[in-house]
Amino acid sequence: MTSTVGRMLIVLLPFLVIAVFWATAVMERRIAGHPGQRGFFERNGIAISIYLLAAIGIWILLMIVLPQLYMVDYSFHPKLPAAQRGGEKDVYTLENYRYFIFGSTVRTDQFNTLHLRAFFLTIGASIFITILNFAICYPIAYYMAQVAGPARLRVLLLLLIIPYWVNEILRAFALVIIFGTSGLINTALLNLGAVSNPIDFLGHDIALYTGLSYAYLLIMVFPLFNAIESLDKNQIEAARDLGAPWWHIHLFVVMPFAKPGIASGCTLVFMLTAGALAAPLILGGPKSLWFTPIVYDRFYQAFNWNQGSAYAFVLLLACIAFVLLVLKLFKVSLGEIAR
Amino acid sequence: MSANVELDHVTIRFGSFIAVKGATLNIENGEFFSFLGPSGCGKTTILRTISGFLDPSEGAVRIGGRDMRGIGPNKRPTALIFQNLALFPLMTVAENITYGLRVRGVSREKRRRRADELLNLIALPGTGDKLVSELSGGMRQRVAIARALAVEPQVLLLDEPLSALDLKLRQHMRNELRIIQQRVGITFIYITHDQGEALTMSDRIAVMNAGVIEQVGDGRSIYDRPETAFVASFVGENNPFDGRVVAAEDGHAVVESAFGRLRGRNRGGLGVGDPAILFVRPETFSLGTGQADSTVESEVLNVAFEGNMTHLFFRGPDSKKPIVITVPRGTGASMPEQGSRTAIRFDPEEALVLPAGRLARD
Amino acid sequence: MSSRLVLKAAIGFYIALFFLYLFGPLVVMGVTAVNTPNYPQAYPFEGFTLHWFSALMGDNELVEGIKNSLIIGALVVAITVPIGLAGAIVMTQVYWRARSLYYLIVVSPVLTPGVILGISTVIFWKDLTTLTGLKTLYDGIFLATIGQATFISAYCMLVFLSRLQRFDRAQEEAALDLGASNSQVFFHILLPFLKPAILSAAVLAFLSSFENYNTTTFAILANKTLTTVLAGRVRQGTTPAISALAVIIILTTLAGAILYEVLKRREDRVKAKRAQIAAEEERGGLMVIEAAE
Repeated sequence: MTSTVGRMLIVLLPFLVIAVFWATAVMERRIAGHPGQRGFFERNGIAISIYLLAAIGIWILLMIVLPQLYMVDYSFHPKLPAAQRGGEKDVYTLENYRYFIFGSTVRTDQFNTLHLRAFFLTIGASIFITILNFAICYPIAYYMAQVAGPARLRVLLLLLIIPYWVNEILRAFALVIIFGTSGLINTALLNLGAVSNPIDFLGHDIALYTGLSYAYLLIMVFPLFNAIESLDKNQIEAARDLGAPWWHIHLFVVMPFAKPGIASGCTLVFMLTAGALAAPLILGGPKSLWFTPIVYDRFYQAFNWNQGSAYAFVLLLACIAFVLLVLKLFKVSLGEIAR
Repeated sequence: MSANVELDHVTIRFGSFIAVKGATLNIENGEFFSFLGPSGCGKTTILRTISGFLDPSEGAVRIGGRDMRGIGPNKRPTALIFQNLALFPLMTVAENITYGLRVRGVSREKRRRRADELLNLIALPGTGDKLVSELSGGMRQRVAIARALAVEPQVLLLDEPLSALDLKLRQHMRNELRIIQQRVGITFIYITHDQGEALTMSDRIAVMNAGVIEQVGDGRSIYDRPETAFVASFVGENNPFDGRVVAAEDGHAVVESAFGRLRGRNRGGLGVGDPAILFVRPETFSLGTGQADSTVESEVLNVAFEGNMTHLFFRGPDSKKPIVITVPRGTGASMPEQGSRTAIRFDPEEALVLPAGRLARD
Repeated sequence: MSSRLVLKAAIGFYIALFFLYLFGPLVVMGVTAVNTPNYPQAYPFEGFTLHWFSALMGDNELVEGIKNSLIIGALVVAITVPIGLAGAIVMTQVYWRARSLYYLIVVSPVLTPGVILGISTVIFWKDLTTLTGLKTLYDGIFLATIGQATFISAYCMLVFLSRLQRFDRAQEEAALDLGASNSQVFFHILLPFLKPAILSAAVLAFLSSFENYNTTTFAILANKTLTTVLAGRVRQGTTPAISALAVIIILTTLAGAILYEVLKRREDRVKAKRAQIAAEEERGGLMVIEAAE
C-alpha cells in the first residue's frame, strides 16, 4: 500500500465512523417514531446548528483525531527530504521502532540500552512517584474532606492552590536553588560541617524525583478530596461505633468508596510524570535518563521527526496501557475518572 | 380573541407505549375546560400536543379550525403555564411578563405600559422591577399567568398550576383563576388530578384514564351520571357492588352481588348475564331496612363522628374496601354500635348499574 | 482520651509539614529575589536589594516572551470558549449510542501527554499547510494556539457541562411557547444562564494557556513564550531576576485570591438578605389573603 493511499484512508476513517452513527440514529428514529424528538437542525435553529457543527467538526477532526492518526502514520514512514515524500521511497516501515529497540534501523543484534533504559526507568519512576504522591496526599485529602470545618477548609483550599499559580518552570527552579551544589541545603550542610563535599542531589535524581512529586501534589489531592467528601460521615461513625480501628476504617471503608477519585488522581499523576518535560530538563543531571527529553531530542536535535513520532507513539501506548490497567485494577469506568 | 380546540382521533405513541388513544372532542370557544385524571393518564401529553411540543402519531389537532400539524410551539396561538412555572430567574418581573412582546419586536415603551396594565390585572402593582426570586409562591403564580396573557393567546393551557401551593392559597387561587378567565374571556384548558378543582372551576370536564377519555360533561353530569366504572369511582366517593345482571327492564337492572340481589338504574343498556357493578354513593345510603332489592346488611367496622356528618364503615364484599355511608347531622337516627350487624338502605333510582371495569386507585 | 490528643497533634504536625513542603521552595525563591548576589542564592543572606525587580523591565527577551504568551492566551480564550460551549451542548443532544465514544474522544486530549499534542499538531499542520498552500499559517503562534486549544477546549467543555446540568429545560420551552425563535432562546435564555460559566471558562482557559510548557515548546517553533524563555534561562544559569518574576506572580495571585474571597463574602451576604426579605413578604402576603377572606 502506498503512502498516499494510506494517508487518504486515515482522513476518511473518522468520516466513516460519523456516517455510521448518523445512519443508525436516523433509522432508529424512523422505527421508534418518538413524536417529541425534533431533528438537530429544527431544535437549534439553522444558525446555531451551523455554529455547533462547525465548532465540533474543527475540534474533533482537525485538532484531536486527524493530527493523532497522522502522527502515528508518520511514525511508520522513513525520514525523507520533502522532494521524495509521496514518491517511491516513501513506504511503510518499522525502521523507526527498530531504532528505538535495537539502536539501528536495520540490525537487530544489539539493544538500544540507553533509550530502553530511559523508557523503563521513566515508567518505573512514574509509578513510584504516583504511589508516593498518593501516600502523601491521602491524609491531607481526608482531613480536608471529613474533618476540617468549612472556614478552615476554605483557607486550606486557598493555601493549596496558591503554589500552583506559580509556573512549573519557576517551581522547578526553586528546587534547583535548594538542591544545587551551591544551593541552600548544600551550603547549610557545608557550613554546619555535616559533610565535607557538596552532595550531588541533582546528579542522583533525588532533586528530580522530589521535583516531580512536588509538581503534581495538587493533581492528586483534588480528586481524592472530591471523592472522600461525598462519603457519608455516618458510615465512618458507624464503623467506629462497631469498634473498627482507624487503619481498618481507612482501608475498608474510605478507600473502596473513594476508588474513582484514587483512580483519577493516580492516572493523572502518572500521565503528567511520564510525559514531564520541564522538570527533567531543569532538575535532571547529566546522567539522568528521562524519556520525554529524549523524544524532544529526536525532534530538535536529531531532526528526525519520523523517529520522534515513533517514540511519542510508544509513550502514548504506555500511558494508554497504564490507564487501562488502572481501570481494570480499580474496577471503575472511564466516565467516573474524568471529573 | 379566542378560539375553539378540536381533537380529531388523536393518538400519541412513544415507541410501543400508547400514551393517548383516539382522543376526540371539541373544546368550545371561551369555555373553561378541564382534563381530570390520575397521574400517567395522558393529560399532560395531550396538553403538550395542543401547545406544540409533541406531534400526534395519528389524528389532528385543530385550533380555531386550523390544522396545527407542523406548526411549532412558538408559532401556535397558545400559551402554556408550566407546572413549575418556569419563570426566567435572571429577568425582572416586568421583563418576564413582557418577554413574549420583546421577541415580537414590540417597542420598549409599549412593553412598559403593557407590563403595568397586566400587573394591575393580577393585583401586583409596582413590583415590576423586582426579581422573581424575591416573590412568594402565590405572587409567582400570578406573574406566570400575566406572562402568558401578555401575548394575547387564543387558548391558555394550564398544567396543574396549583399543585405546588398550600391549601389556603390553592382555594384562593381557584377563585382567582375563574375570575381572570371570565374577565379575559379566552378558552382555558386546565389539567389536574384534583377533582375538587375540576368540579368548582370548569364549564366542562373530560375524565381520562390510561390514555382514554372516558367521559366528557359538566360537573353535574360527571357526578350524577357517570358512564363508566372508572368515572363513577374516581369522581367523588362511591361504593361498588360487583356481580352479574340477572334482570333488566325499563331502564333498571338487578345485579346478583355478594349482598344478594340489588337494583339500580340501567342507563347503559346492559343485558342479562353481563358483568356489572352497582354503585351507591355514601350520601344515598340511610340507616334502616328497606325493600329486599335495596337493602344491605353488614357488620359495622367503625363509626366516625366528624361534626356536620358521621361516616360509618361497614364490612365490604371482599373485606378489602369497606362500604362507606354518610349520615348528616340532625336526622335524629341513633348510631349503631361498632361490631353490630345493621341494615342500610338506598333508593334504587339513585343507584347506578354500570358495565364492569377498572376502578380508580385499583 | 490522650491517644486522641496524640493523634490530633500528629495530624497537625503532618499538615504543617505538608504545607512546609509546598511553600518552602517558594519562600526560598522569594529570599533569593532580594538577595544581592548575582546568582540566585538564599543562604547566606548577603544583603537586601530590590535591584532584580527593575532588571526585569529591561529584559527584552523576557518581555517578548510575555507579550507572546498574552497574545496566545487571548487567542486560546477566543477559540476554546466557543468550542467548549458547542461541545457541551452537543453532548446533551448527541445520539445516545454515540455518547460514550463522543465523550472519550473529546476528553482524550486531557489525558494525552502535552508533548504528544504538540508533536501531532506540528506534524499535521506542516503537511496540511503545504498541501493547501497556506504556508503563512505555519507559524509558532498559530501552532501553539491550536495545540493548546486542543485540550483546553475540553476543560471549558467540562465547566459548561456542569453548569448546563443545573439548567431548567422548562425555561427554554417557556420561551418557545411565548413565541421566541431558536436563536432568541439561545441568546436570551441560555447564554445569560451560562454567563458565570463563560467567565470561569475564560479565566481557566487563559491561565492554562499562559502557564503551558510541554505542548508549547514543541509547537512554538522559532518564537518564544514566557515559559520557554524561562526554561531556557533556568537551564543556562540566570540572575535572580527570575526569582523577582516569581515573587511578582505570587503576590499578584495572592492579591487576586484575597479579592475573590472578599467579593464572594459580600455576595453571600446580599443573597442572605434577599432571601430573608422574600420570606417575610411571603408571611405578610398570606396574612393579607387571610384578612381578605
